[in-house]
Amino acid sequence: MQEKDYQKLEEKAKQIRHDIVDMVGGSGKAGHLGGSCSSADLVAALYFYKMKVNPENPDDPNRDRFLLSKGHAALVQYAALAELNYFDKSEIYNVKTLKSMLQGHPDRTKTPGIEANTGSLGQGLSIGVGIALGLKMDNSKSRVYVIMGDGELAEGQIWEAATAASNYKLDNLVGIVDANGVQATGPIKERFDVGDLIRKWEAFGWHVIDIDGHNMREICDALDEAETIKGRPTLIHARTVKGKGVHFAEGQAAFHNAGLTQEQYEQAHRDIDNN
Amino acid sequence: MVNTKSQRVAYGETLVRLAAENPKIVDLEADLCKSTMGILFEKAYPERFFEMGIAEANMVSVAAGLSLTGKIPFAASFAVFVSGRAYDQIRTSVCIPALNVKLCGSSAGLSDFGDGSTHQCLEDIALMRVLPNMHVFVPADAVQTAQIVEYMADNHGPMYIRLDRNELPIVTTEPFIPGKIYELHEGSDIAVFACGVMVSKALEAASILKEKGISMAVYNTPSIKPINEDAVAEAGKKVKAVITAEDHSMYGGLGSLICEIFCRHGVGKKVKMIAVPDKFGTSAEDYETLLTYYGLTADAIVNSALELLR
Repeated sequence: MQEKDYQKLEEKAKQIRHDIVDMVGGSGKAGHLGGSCSSADLVAALYFYKMKVNPENPDDPNRDRFLLSKGHAALVQYAALAELNYFDKSEIYNVKTLKSMLQGHPDRTKTPGIEANTGSLGQGLSIGVGIALGLKMDNSKSRVYVIMGDGELAEGQIWEAATAASNYKLDNLVGIVDANGVQATGPIKERFDVGDLIRKWEAFGWHVIDIDGHNMREICDALDEAETIKGRPTLIHARTVKGKGVHFAEGQAAFHNAGLTQEQYEQAHRDIDNN
Repeated sequence: MVNTKSQRVAYGETLVRLAAENPKIVDLEADLCKSTMGILFEKAYPERFFEMGIAEANMVSVAAGLSLTGKIPFAASFAVFVSGRAYDQIRTSVCIPALNVKLCGSSAGLSDFGDGSTHQCLEDIALMRVLPNMHVFVPADAVQTAQIVEYMADNHGPMYIRLDRNELPIVTTEPFIPGKIYELHEGSDIAVFACGVMVSKALEAASILKEKGISMAVYNTPSIKPINEDAVAEAGKKVKAVITAEDHSMYGGLGSLICEIFCRHGVGKKVKMIAVPDKFGTSAEDYETLLTYYGLTADAIVNSALELLR
């Protein structure tokens, strides 16, 4: 990739963050700002660099699949889908209102481009395992990407899925941990430590790549590397900052799911521009 | 001599038969395929058989993923594990998006008599029927099991089939139609709605009552959801009182369903539920001993009928 392409991806990530802030709004209505912003660079790299997507035919059998297992960060995916014209961008202003196609958590029955219903934490990787198994049966070249939260890794089902993925040698499956270090009630290290994630995923038979989850070059390199790994799934451990880009929210559990005042809303947009 | 056959053997055999013609059918198991008889599928189609380990929650969400690639996954375990341990996965991964996932709750009710309360599932009908988009089927015998498994493979949507572990008498002859209630024995004084193992007990009770000059209709209700409510209400209106019989908790199962329908349709008949009272199961030396211990017998149906008509 050319240097300017990274800049373009960074611009996409910036736009996604602006859209997230717009979806949260300045009226004090609660929204998952923190975990959406920590995933923004990862999601930008997936949708605008790595994945084969077809917004005109969301069910294109040759598409790559993306699952947001940490479904509460739906705003980040809605922003990317809107940017790709899966639906009219004006829809984002209706998020979480009655009859909106954009639900509080991803819903494949309502939103074009959403693959599964996630947000009851811990289930997305398992669904990804099922899709990866099905694609292998069909000799498909499509690949499956699943973003999980680090707080979410307290869910036992994740480790059931991790075991299944290595049992079935799912090298078409990439797990990405958005390791922002903060769960809803506080820092993970203080609230419920999920341990040494790199050693854990390695012990479960995954190829592990540890990266700065806000460095576009590292993200793209890791996604490329994952494609070269055969016979086992790849886990990208992305070190991130909760609320990244909105300075007053960075690293703060208080902005896991909180409203913004009009003043904070305007400040958030300025922070993102000046990042 | 009445023919008997186990529902789980019918389940495994039918999956193998259907898979020969339908390459989309896949089987997922959680280390109990020797009991669920998914082992028959593993032997016939190892490339479409997925051992998911003792991890039911993952198994159900993986089945959801497989269905998203157009496969028709059948995921089986003991009823207590598939319906209980994987409940939120059934709810969120499968039922909210109405995916084409087929679940088999095997060794249901008290039918795993030896293993005791941890393995005996008296709650699954209640748990499954409260889920929007879910279909719930409880076959009366092996013949109906085969028909229902075929229906599940051929029709889209989340579906749950509840199977008994033991050999049961063959009592059904008609083709399976979802929602239909089957009048296996005509009667005009009283009616019994039964599912699963209790259908043959109800038929036995009807014979005993006939000798006493009492005419009891026996309805086999294999389709808990959907169910033809008008047919249930009509059947209730024709008789003086009604009995329900099931190897399940008295809460949330067939008995509850019949009462709900009677209320909605103003049937206004007294209903006596033959079901397991608000208790967990326990170990016993055989199935009949356990069914008798909890009052799930032909005699109990007979006595209930006599009491209701007194």
